[in-house]
Amino acid sequence: MKALRRILAILTKELLQLRRDRVTLAMVIMIPLIQLMLFGYAINTKVRDIPAALVDQSNSALGRVLAQTVEATQVVRFTEHYADIAAAEDAIREGRVRAAFIIPADLAQRVARSGSVRPELATPPATDRELSRPVAQWLVDASDTVIAGAIKGLRGMPLAELMREPVNRTVPTFAVALLFNPSQRTVVNIVPGLVGVILTMTMIMFTSAAIVRERERGNMEMLINTPVRPIELMIGKILPYVGIGLVQAGIILGLGHLVFAVPLYGSLLALACLTLVFIGASLSLGLVLSTIAKSQLQATQMTIFILLPSIMLSGFMFPYEGMPLAAQHIAEILPATHFIRAIRAVLLRDARLEDIQEDTLWLLGFMLIGLLLASLRFNKRLG
Amino acid sequence: MTAAADACAVSEAAADSDVAISARGLTRRFGDLIAVDALDLQIAPRSIYGFLGPNGCGKTTTVRMLTGLLTPSAGEVRVLGHRLPAEAEILKRNIGYMTQKFSLYEDLTVLENLRFVASVYGLEPHDAKSRIAELLGTYALEPLKHQRAGSMSGGQRQRLSLAAAILHRPALLFLDEPTSAVDPEHRRDFWERLFDLVDAGATILVSTHYMDEAERCHRLAILENGHKRADGSPAELMAAMGAHVLEVEGPYLRQTKTALTALPEILSAAQLGSRLRVLVRDRITEPERWLKELPVARDLTQIASVRPSLEDVFVTCTGQNRPQDQQREANEVAA
Ligand SMILES: Nc1ncnc2c1ncn2[C@@H]1O[C@H](COP(=O)(O)OP(=O)(O)O)[C@@H](O)[C@H]1O
Ligand SMILES: [Mg+2]
Repeated sequence: MKALRRILAILTKELLQLRRDRVTLAMVIMIPLIQLMLFGYAINTKVRDIPAALVDQSNSALGRVLAQTVEATQVVRFTEHYADIAAAEDAIREGRVRAAFIIPADLAQRVARSGSVRPELATPPATDRELSRPVAQWLVDASDTVIAGAIKGLRGMPLAELMREPVNRTVPTFAVALLFNPSQRTVVNIVPGLVGVILTMTMIMFTSAAIVRERERGNMEMLINTPVRPIELMIGKILPYVGIGLVQAGIILGLGHLVFAVPLYGSLLALACLTLVFIGASLSLGLVLSTIAKSQLQATQMTIFILLPSIMLSGFMFPYEGMPLAAQHIAEILPATHFIRAIRAVLLRDARLEDIQEDTLWLLGFMLIGLLLASLRFNKRLG
Repeated sequence: MTAAADACAVSEAAADSDVAISARGLTRRFGDLIAVDALDLQIAPRSIYGFLGPNGCGKTTTVRMLTGLLTPSAGEVRVLGHRLPAEAEILKRNIGYMTQKFSLYEDLTVLENLRFVASVYGLEPHDAKSRIAELLGTYALEPLKHQRAGSMSGGQRQRLSLAAAILHRPALLFLDEPTSAVDPEHRRDFWERLFDLVDAGATILVSTHYMDEAERCHRLAILENGHKRADGSPAELMAAMGAHVLEVEGPYLRQTKTALTALPEILSAAQLGSRLRVLVRDRITEPERWLKELPVARDLTQIASVRPSLEDVFVTCTGQNRPQDQQREANEVAA
């Protein structure tokens, strides 16, 4: 009863302080709002309109048609035109364009030769040097692998139109059925992940400063002289932020659904349980950091130390399975990895609570261990 | 629950016994620095006990050890019958501590701060309400109750801190330089309230570097560099000072002072406006005559024996080891 009263005292105090802190309160709303808009519109793994240079050495009508055909793919846009290859290479080096398309002087002959290839042969015999020569060449700034990949994707583009022949429908080796995100919109995958990233950031940030702030503002000496127990202090300090975390998750998912038409398939129960334990895990991680940090600056640095891998390794940016094994092991320690994996399952693949129980239980365990650790580390002594 | 009940019983017993605090060989080191050196203390209940000493002499460190916030490097402490640091948590319910630096929440109002303290000390809601109302009245905080602590004056904060420290009706109260941010008039008021608390049965340990405050204590210890130099009631200390106090007047006081300080029989000479206060060692039996016969006394227009003050006590008992330092420290303490 007294323990409950003490927890309530800490909780009320935290809420009052939070209410007085207008900037922090505004950030609670603005961070998810702005980040959602930024990421929702900006992050797109489908690359379009890469600025490119055109070097048309053929100077022919056929060359112009070829260039138009390439532009029609929307992958590149020819922003510069040069007469020679050296000038195009300079433009790439200077960063004015990311690639250059070089149409050789003998374009007509090359097209004719490739046109003479029997339609029933999928590819010209590699042994025949003359026949296997490509029609034109790309120079690509390959330092960005995504751009290089997009242009590499143009290698096999059909040229039937160029030869005024009916399109030769190639039969794919494999059939691909696109489940869950048939229109291949990146935002569908990004928004649930964004809940994980933003909650990691704000939740850890809030609590990592929680204990340090008491110390820095000189309240600690009074606080530890009261009968409050460390565990009561910790619980009282995280509870107000659970509500904030839920509000933030609500903003991201609600707007993601309304603005970006991100589907919300799964059960509300699974979503609520998962989000709650993730918020709890992040908050208690922040508390542990708070018992280690000696100043608010250190607490912020530690938050970023956790936040960066939570963005890069959690599966938010890159597929988890594609990462090296060592990186996967590190990622498994981060609450964000478990949360992002599970929330995508719930929201996009309609997974139920029992489908995600492994990640949920892991997060619950993380939270409890974090709380315990923070309480044990918190010393009611000055030295 | 039983532990808490036991604790109350023990503290009650301790408050009734004849010592509230006893310490033997209490020592605290910070690296090479010995902040508190083998302190022995016996503090009687229902009294005000003072720690007098300049900044850095170890007052705060001692108070922190006595409240259980700091673990002693050596020594034995019993506070209200509880052995420290082992029983620090039980003790916390029965002591109040007003820290040297304001330690309540500056972004909360007076009322919010008091409510917070009431809840963490586990007061029942109705009890908390009446107790807070009572304290708001006693400490003239009623008109300020919706003001944030951060925007209050030194005196107002001090009253709030005291109200918060005694909210849970502790038997023992620690006040660490409670009046350092307060003007002299408020200091008088403040001390009136402390005597009210003692009247109601509390024991108060107060640290200070003001002589006039120390003089109000029932008993006090003079601390210097972590050592206890003297312990007793102000009257006892003055009686046992080991020096005579003379006040002299004359035209060339600065020169007179230099000449007097050079003599081994003179403990100190300090100027007070147009007078010079001179401490003469005990072994001179007739100090007035002795002084008159000195060559420097030629210019003096008046020599008179006066009652010793606590400042004189301070000078005599802290100056012995470092005669060069004594004047500077005495001034610092008096400031
Ligand atoms: N946490 C600490 N670490 C190192 N030195 C300390 C610490 N606390 C106090 N001291 C040193 O101990 C001495 C006594 O300090 P303190 O008890 O604060 O004196 P007072 O309260 O009488 O001004 C000082 O020299 C101070 O610098
Ligand atoms: Mg101090």
